[in-house]
Amino acid sequence: MNFHAVAAIYRFEMARTGRTLLQSIVSPVISTSLYFIVFGAAIGSRITEIDGVSYGAFIVPGLIMLSLLTQSLSNASFGIYFPRFTGTIYELLSAPVSYLEIVVSYVGAAATKSLIVGAIILATAGFFVPLRIEHPVFMLLFLILTAITFSLFGFIIGIWADSFEKLQLVPLLIITPLTFLGGSFYSIHMLPPFWQKVTLLNPVVYLVSGFRWSFYGQADVNVGVSLFMTFLFLAICLAIVGWIFKTGYRLKS
Amino acid sequence: MPSILAVKSLSKTYDTGFQALKNVNLEIEKGEVFALLGPNGAGKTTLISIICGIVNMTSGSVTVAGHDILGDFRAARSMIGLVPQELTTDAFETVWATVSFSRGLFGKPKNPALIEKILKDLSLWEKKDSKIMTLSGGMKRRVLIAKALAHEPQILFLDEPTAGVDVELRREMWRVVERLKDTGVTIILTTHYIEEAEEMADRVGVISKGEIILVEEKSELMRKLGRKQLTLQLAEPLDTLPTGLNGHHLELAGDGRELVYTYDTQGERTGITALLQDLGEAGIRFRDLSTSQSSLEEIFVSLVRDNR
Ligand SMILES: Nc1ncnc2c1ncn2[C@@H]1O[C@H](COP(=O)(O)OP(=O)(O)O)[C@@H](O)[C@H]1O
Ligand SMILES: [Mg+2]
Repeated sequence: MNFHAVAAIYRFEMARTGRTLLQSIVSPVISTSLYFIVFGAAIGSRITEIDGVSYGAFIVPGLIMLSLLTQSLSNASFGIYFPRFTGTIYELLSAPVSYLEIVVSYVGAAATKSLIVGAIILATAGFFVPLRIEHPVFMLLFLILTAITFSLFGFIIGIWADSFEKLQLVPLLIITPLTFLGGSFYSIHMLPPFWQKVTLLNPVVYLVSGFRWSFYGQADVNVGVSLFMTFLFLAICLAIVGWIFKTGYRLKS
Repeated sequence: MPSILAVKSLSKTYDTGFQALKNVNLEIEKGEVFALLGPNGAGKTTLISIICGIVNMTSGSVTVAGHDILGDFRAARSMIGLVPQELTTDAFETVWATVSFSRGLFGKPKNPALIEKILKDLSLWEKKDSKIMTLSGGMKRRVLIAKALAHEPQILFLDEPTAGVDVELRREMWRVVERLKDTGVTIILTTHYIEEAEEMADRVGVISKGEIILVEEKSELMRKLGRKQLTLQLAEPLDTLPTGLNGHHLELAGDGRELVYTYDTQGERTGITALLQDLGEAGIRFRDLSTSQSSLEEIFVSLVRDNR
């Protein structure tokens, strides 16, 4: 294992965040606060409780998931797309670094950043609503697995994309709708029966549900199913990344 | 001399169906400066990119000091430093950070003293805290060299190191290469400037259309393929060549004041003795004579032309 290389890439990626600190850290805090003001205060005054949890508290896990997904995606996709775009990827490809090490360092850095953002949002949320975390270990597990999975997904997008437009396309057209429709702001039991079935095709439902269970002990779908699905997404992303490296897809001609 | 790099039957066909390399065989000796000379599109960058792991080969094999570049990529790549043709840098990084990064990437522990020395040798020390985007093109080129040297490679690839660089910097680049050679680093550079190969190389390989058409010691190349010209300054100008001299390949030049005789140093005999004899018999006297050897450029042009 080339630890020096993993450390170098990881530090490089974290330093990149440092340079865009405002964007990486401050903007999620502001947008979370806005969510609380809009959803918590405005809508929350009408929907007082869902499953015995105040609406403000109910949306916290979903909000964190929302940021975790978008941050992981954008951090990881940008992190690998940018060197491809500028051409500095030559150095990575010519270095004595295995594919595993490349993934570990890029995805590790992206996941770290989104976890930091997640923690900041959690802390911010604590100012607005009383928080309760019933299963802290599972909460961490869901957080970390999701951060890693979606950083891997972002990595895949960053390798697939051949323009900045495409880089934005997947998060914009797929991930944002899926997260908003994934039960972040409502319980799927509030939907008509038909849409309850349809919504189960949305992977984000499992993430949000499982994550919310770790907070309040209640879930839209069984926790075991959530956990299984989370691991499944992770496995799928790992398989795709493995294939990318095996074929050199979009990395080597 | 043991070979430090061995390329065997290497071929590359890009996804477009274009065959950029055709059965390339090449051995590089430890410590030498090897110039790969060829026109644009000949396959120089492709060859280097395959050796360095940036492009997949289609068939063949490459070993670096006995390490297969695919099977034993860590050992092989650890020994190699690459200065790419394009000026690709991280615009927002400082010089110091990017060079230190390269060292880490190649698996070496931090060594600030060494980085300092590299930066000083390349006249980059004053710029160590500057963001790369604030540097001139020539400075960026140096940064790329510093990055390539940061992990103390034993083989350095310089892909067109002086393309688009002003004369002064080009000469400085040559000095850098010289110093590196003195420290025992094997250097492989590509260029389409003959001047550069002539100046720096111990051996020259000529590549054209994906094929290595010649590999030769530079001096040997000049000697073997160099055509020489013998120029005779005539005592009295001539209007036409006397018929007795038609057998020789002579040309009149300088308003009839010079006779130019072109001969091949590779040939069995140069024909000079016979020429001089015939000149004497024709009563042509000359005041002076000089010979000149064709440059690598002329050799190169004729080689590439023959390959068409
Ligand atoms: N990624 C690629 N896909 C298809 N053709 C390529 C690619 N890269 C280079 N080529 C072609 O291969 C040939 C050799 O290119 P290159 O190795 O860059 O030449 P050189 O460095 O000698 O100028 C050129 O004709 C070029 O167009
Ligand atoms: Mg080239």
